[in-house]
Amino acid sequence: METIWFWLVACMLAAYVIFDGFDFGAGIVHFFVARTNDERSAVLSTVGPVWDGNEVWLLAAGGTLYFAFPTLYASSFSGFYLPLMMVLWLLILRGVSIEFRNHVQSPVWHPLWDAGFSIASALLAIFFGAALGNVVRGVPLDAQGEFFLPLWTDWTPGKSPGILDWYTVLSGVAALAALALHGSLWVALKTKGEIESRARRAASVVWWAVLVSVALLTLASFSIQPRLQAAFAAYPWGWTFPFAAVVALVAIAVLNRRLQERAAFFSSCAFLGAMLVSAAFGLYPNVLPSNGDPANSLTITNASAAQYGLHIGMVWFIPGMALTAVYFVYAYRSFAGKVSVEEQL
Amino acid sequence: MDALTVHRLHFAFTVTFHYLFPQLTMGLALLILILKTMALRTGNPHYASAARFWAKIFAINFAMGVVTGIPMEFQFGTNWSRFAKSAGGVIGQTLAMEGTFSFFLESSFLGAFLYGEKRLGPKAHWLTALLVFLGAWLSGFFIVATDAWMQHPVGYAIGRHGEMVLTSFWRVLLNPWLGWQYLHTMSGSVVTASVAMASVGAFYLLTRSHEAHGRTFVRLGVIAAIAATIVLLFPSGDGQGRNIAWHQPATLAAMEGLFDTEQGAPLAILGQPDMDRHRLDNPLIVPRALSFLTYQSWGAEVKGLSAFPPQNWPDSIPLLYYSYHIMVGLGTIFGAVLAFAAFKLWRGSLYQSRGLLWVLMMLLPFPYIANTAGWITAEVGRQPWLIYGIMRTPAGVSTQVSSGNALFTLIGFLGIYTILSILFLFLVYREIEEGPEPAPAA
Ligand code: HDD
Ligand code: HEM
Ligand code: HEM
Repeated sequence: METIWFWLVACMLAAYVIFDGFDFGAGIVHFFVARTNDERSAVLSTVGPVWDGNEVWLLAAGGTLYFAFPTLYASSFSGFYLPLMMVLWLLILRGVSIEFRNHVQSPVWHPLWDAGFSIASALLAIFFGAALGNVVRGVPLDAQGEFFLPLWTDWTPGKSPGILDWYTVLSGVAALAALALHGSLWVALKTKGEIESRARRAASVVWWAVLVSVALLTLASFSIQPRLQAAFAAYPWGWTFPFAAVVALVAIAVLNRRLQERAAFFSSCAFLGAMLVSAAFGLYPNVLPSNGDPANSLTITNASAAQYGLHIGMVWFIPGMALTAVYFVYAYRSFAGKVSVEEQL
Repeated sequence: MDALTVHRLHFAFTVTFHYLFPQLTMGLALLILILKTMALRTGNPHYASAARFWAKIFAINFAMGVVTGIPMEFQFGTNWSRFAKSAGGVIGQTLAMEGTFSFFLESSFLGAFLYGEKRLGPKAHWLTALLVFLGAWLSGFFIVATDAWMQHPVGYAIGRHGEMVLTSFWRVLLNPWLGWQYLHTMSGSVVTASVAMASVGAFYLLTRSHEAHGRTFVRLGVIAAIAATIVLLFPSGDGQGRNIAWHQPATLAAMEGLFDTEQGAPLAILGQPDMDRHRLDNPLIVPRALSFLTYQSWGAEVKGLSAFPPQNWPDSIPLLYYSYHIMVGLGTIFGAVLAFAAFKLWRGSLYQSRGLLWVLMMLLPFPYIANTAGWITAEVGRQPWLIYGIMRTPAGVSTQVSSGNALFTLIGFLGIYTILSILFLFLVYREIEEGPEPAPAA
């Protein structure tokens, strides 16, 4: 049962990254792909109707994490206290930037919120990437399964690391690049004309950044977290996930060049999904490894809730997710097709 | 300040601020649904344009509700990690269900509701309004279920490591505390929304702008507000009071400012609790009324604070006493004003009674105050327990987050929410000033 919930939470987080990832990405490349006010308005309207639903994946994943693995929720949220609070502030900034921009027509109002949207999106991508880096690297858990990390110490992932060290910064940069790529492909898919071609060009440039940063990150991860190697050695079929990620990454470049925007965007979804599943595979059965004594690591067994709760959770979770799928199909269907600059006028 | 105090202020401030927005949106979702139903039944575009106007106000409030709600979901882990760790197996369920069943529903259809009126046609658009309403009211249900469990824990057992283990899902969802609390909270939110509607309507009538809409808003607002106020007072407020008398007797004594156990206890209308001398200063009382209200008998014994050990007394009795009295006092005033307005409406003279319209217009902030005071009553009244009878508040805090770190983020939220408030007021005022677009002639 714990294993099922581990993978469900991992999939929900992956869904969060894939869905909210494209609106973050759109924010990151906002100023590069859209040069005029109307163009920015067009980019914004590709995410306006869906971003809140996308963000609910974070809440739903958080809620599921909370009831299935309460110890993990408690330990990680308090241990990552400061960066999490900053994430919350950035989410506030991003949310109001998207929602408030079009309420007032004024030449000072629009750039203000465009900047808020863009800066908050970029910083959040870095923060989320760094958070994943922290989880892979491990944190100084004590025997009670608690820890508290300062923002930074000496910038090395040693025994007393901070939230930020060169490794987690690298994973933040990789996340920034990957989401910028994802967002460019989304914008290319949802817009026409100038914006579309700029987005496509942005995607082909950013693609190289993704390639380099993800390659470096992968090497670094295997050297910093020996358990990854052990996990893949024990279950070699696990290599299919990283392999799928490589295939998807290559596919993005090819499809983007062939102007198949829909297929390119879906490849990017597959790429993000495969990367996250690879990481989850490498961690399992840990949910938060200790960087010191391995006995202190939080695992799916010592961090999970009792069996009855996990069983009853299944009973409502399955219909709940089925309904959610229906809503999402409906919401994206009713919003199909490209957004044009003319509509913004 | 010690860390515990900062964490408590942190939670109290952010949740109080958050609740300013959902209390409007939950009630407004119902009123918009009513307007859409009227538009569908009568085919009169006037109601559709009225609904469109309130949808704009709804959208701004919704955005504020979302951005201030997300921090709430995280704070159980960040600031109350010991509590999250022990109780997560139980209350994590209701919180996760809120995300799964209500936030997805509400956020998916709000887009269609706000932007899809032309494309969807009247029937399908009405349906999106219904779904948004359902989403909002379900989310209220699950969060109140979470709170009700903290007030009156049921369906759990203590596990091996002292954590709380869920033993009966249905007992948590059918918690006897939950029914009255949900009905009371929802009626409170309908009062906020309908008073806001009546108040904006009165503003239009007084300024002689958008008068046709003004009349609709005043009419619907007054009718909905009086209906919801009645439900607030009876049966739900009464039911809540009875629950407290039964399950949290020390809280009841503190709310009422009753220091000594009495047969035929009086109901204090006014007075200041004097914590040094343990008595109520300058009391204005209705003899025997408290005994009657709680036990339906004029002579029943009501336990006073002195009957309980002081370590089980709520820790800020004056705050509890005042917030409870503010809520009840305002509830009584709403009842009186709205009943008078409803009477005038029925006689057909409300739209000309400028004095009464002034009063309606000025009523706007008071439901917010009453709702906030109500939550302070509930939450401060729960003290010194975090989970009533099981876990004390200091036992639930995140011990590894120092008071300096918590103060830093509390100051951050104070600053950010100040700016948000200014933006919010600015945007809402603009929408009200612009007003509803006139309906094309039917
Ligand atoms: C417009 C708002 C409003 C008004 C006029 C009233 N209430 Fe209320 N009250 C609320 C809005 C509210 C609330 C915000 O919705 C609370 C907070 C928690 C809850 O369950 O509902 C609440 C809580 C609350 C509690 C505490 C529950 C607890 O500790 O869990 C009691 C005993 C009452 N109410 C009783 C009353 C009575 C007897 C009223 C009438 C005279 C009244 N309320 C008017
Ligand atoms: C919107 C309405 C709410 C308001 C205005 C409100 C207000 C408050 C206040 C004033 C406190 C501080 C009490 C004290 O320290 O003396 C508090 C504490 C708290 N409330 Fe609420 N509350 C609300 C809803 C909720 C809900 C729905 C939950 C649960 C899901 C909840 C959970 C808590 C927790 C965990 C604390 C901190 C621990 C404590 O001090 O007891 N609150 N709240
Ligand atoms: C500790 C308590 C609370 C938590 C953790 C919490 C959590 C949240 C979250 C995460 C959101 C954003 C949802 C989205 O992205 O769509 C939200 C919005 C909302 N909350 Fe809360 N909330 C709390 C208190 C309350 C209370 C007391 C109520 C009502 C009784 C309430 C009703 C709502 C509603 C209706 C929304 C939808 C947005 C809106 O209408 O403004 N919340 N809440």
